[in-house]
Amino acid sequence: MGLATRVAGIDLAGPAMLASGILGISMDVFRRLLDSGAGAVVSKSLSAEPREGYPNPTMAEAAGGWLNAVGLSNPGAPNFANMMRGAPGVPVVVSLVGSDPDEFVSMARLFEGLEVPAFELNLSCPHVEKVGLEVGDDPELVSRIVRSLKGAGVRVIAKVGLGSSDYLGTVRAAEDAGADAVTAINTVRAMSIDVHSGRPVLSNGFGGLSGPPIRPIAVRCVREITSRHEIPVIGCGGVSCWEDAAEFLLAGASAVQVGTAAGGNPGIFAEINSGISSYMERRGYSEISEVRRAA
Amino acid sequence: MVRVTGVADETPTVRTIRFEDPGMAAALPGQFAMVWVPGGGELPMSVMAGDPGGAAFTVRRHGPASTALYGVDRGDLIGVRGPYGNTFDVREGRLLLAGGGTGMVPMMRLAMRVADPSRVVILMGARTAPEVIFERAAAALGEVVISTDDGSRGEEGTAVDAARRLLGSGRFSAAYVCGPEPMMAGIVAEARSRGVFVQASIERPMKCGVGICGSCCMGDRLVCSDGTVFDGDRLAATGEFGAIYRDKAGIARRY
Ligand SMILES: Cc1cc2nc3c(=O)[nH]c(=O)nc-3n(C[C@H](O)[C@H](O)[C@H](O)COP(=O)(O)OP(=O)(O)OC[C@H]3O[C@@H](n4cnc5c(N)ncnc54)[C@H](O)[C@@H]3O)c2cc1C
Ligand SMILES: Cc1cc2nc3c(=O)[nH]c(=O)nc-3n(C[C@H](O)[C@H](O)[C@H](O)COP(=O)(O)O)c2cc1C
Ligand code: FES
Repeated sequence: MGLATRVAGIDLAGPAMLASGILGISMDVFRRLLDSGAGAVVSKSLSAEPREGYPNPTMAEAAGGWLNAVGLSNPGAPNFANMMRGAPGVPVVVSLVGSDPDEFVSMARLFEGLEVPAFELNLSCPHVEKVGLEVGDDPELVSRIVRSLKGAGVRVIAKVGLGSSDYLGTVRAAEDAGADAVTAINTVRAMSIDVHSGRPVLSNGFGGLSGPPIRPIAVRCVREITSRHEIPVIGCGGVSCWEDAAEFLLAGASAVQVGTAAGGNPGIFAEINSGISSYMERRGYSEISEVRRAA
Repeated sequence: MVRVTGVADETPTVRTIRFEDPGMAAALPGQFAMVWVPGGGELPMSVMAGDPGGAAFTVRRHGPASTALYGVDRGDLIGVRGPYGNTFDVREGRLLLAGGGTGMVPMMRLAMRVADPSRVVILMGARTAPEVIFERAAAALGEVVISTDDGSRGEEGTAVDAARRLLGSGRFSAAYVCGPEPMMAGIVAEARSRGVFVQASIERPMKCGVGICGSCCMGDRLVCSDGTVFDGDRLAATGEFGAIYRDKAGIARRY
């Protein structure tokens, strides 16, 4: 019986990956998470140039989850490629943000020769203008970006979220353009206001909600996608224990990503692995994909 | 949100801001809070002792967020979340507690927890005499040694020089340090070279405070959730302590 699985041509040591933007700037931290059972790790979304992000407060607790608007702070794709070059033996799924096909392709080229099993396109960041959801809301642009990257010969995972257009249109565009998998979902655009000062709790005003409150929404999206599309889906949103991971698999996901719940608990990947492993044993399954087919 | 109950100047650029909050009053030495000044930003602050049932922050005016906190008045509401992070491993025997600048905050809390002035030496490092803080309160918690870079108070020289001399006396079973990173790196190296157990409370830029965002990483450690207190051996193993920090974009830079 094995926890190892293969999604979109990417070999995963286990079904639970680290989600983008979580603990995502140190190669040493990535190595530690892979050593502690993460099936794969995804980098912070990288832009062509470094970004400082928004000033604090960038994160606040809300409704049992977290609200964030870090503003895509990241060292930039060229710096990150150098970091990877300096730390061989740590494979990283590289997440990219950008606004046009050429920008994505030139960023992807920086990683030639490095251990990047796939690129995840952040088409769904809810709190930065001109990239993220604004791209994801434009299926025609998504299609051109995915086609260009596939033309460059790399594996592509399209990460979708709930924007102002039907996200299923983004999924269709990505699938038709040849994407290898879809990650669903990103944080959900949200806001909290402090009643004493009357001010939004985040410096940016709007942010994205993550953690347990969005899990039922994410499970719904995974089921909607897998019931209409062939493309493999990586479920993301509120996974906090092995039961949550199993729920996503039953909804049709091929693997899951863990974000907020990895906060302060790098042991969560091992917990999920052992929980899923016993679950499979009890049911007599020998592969992760059998959990999915059981639904 | 908590209410500010008092503000006191420590030096021309450092203030202590007291507030009511039972949760923060129970914070352990080395733990910190994320402090929000509505409209002024949010920043990590070590939790200082305050009035009974309350706590305090001792803040140096620096960039935008610390200047906003420095500017709050009695009666104002500020947001606090936490306390976050771990605490010190208090050893038996004679203890050296070395603090530089506002790094004195966790050292004061630690001295209060040890609560045995006969086995505590508090080394207070400052650039110059007017920047020495908490001197009177420290005197009640242990033997106080002051060092200033310009010799205007106490021993002349850096806190690392003073710590080297004290540790050289061979009477300490453990050393604890919080302050500017070069000072901590120097004292940690001195203690390790003598086989003295040493811990330091580390500062890194923070956003979440709870191990989600990664902005506080040092090697494979997250300062907010694995620390802020680390053993000297662990610090040396990161390869980044005293040498490398990450800027707001996450680019590694040399000190
Ligand atoms: C756990 C923890 C506890 C702290 N406790 C206290 C305290 O008790 N009292 C106190 O006065 N301050 C404390 N600080 C420092 C404080 O949070 C702020 O970093 C400092 O006040 C500057 O913030 P600012 O927003 O005013 O300035 P910013 O504009 O944020 O910073 C000014 C400059 O300093 C740099 N900088 C900020 N922090 C760091 C860092 N850690 N390493 C390297 N460069 C840095 C910035 O890049 C910038 O160039 C603590 C920090 C941490 C992480
Ligand atoms: C602090 C923070 C930063 C994030 N940064 C990114 C990012 O750069 N790119 C991205 O695609 N998703 C980002 N996300 C979204 C997560 O990858 C994930 O989709 C979302 O948090 C839902 O999963 P969770 O509930 O398990 O956290 C971020 C989330 C958080 C909390
Ligand atoms: S401050 Fe976010 S991980 Fe430490």
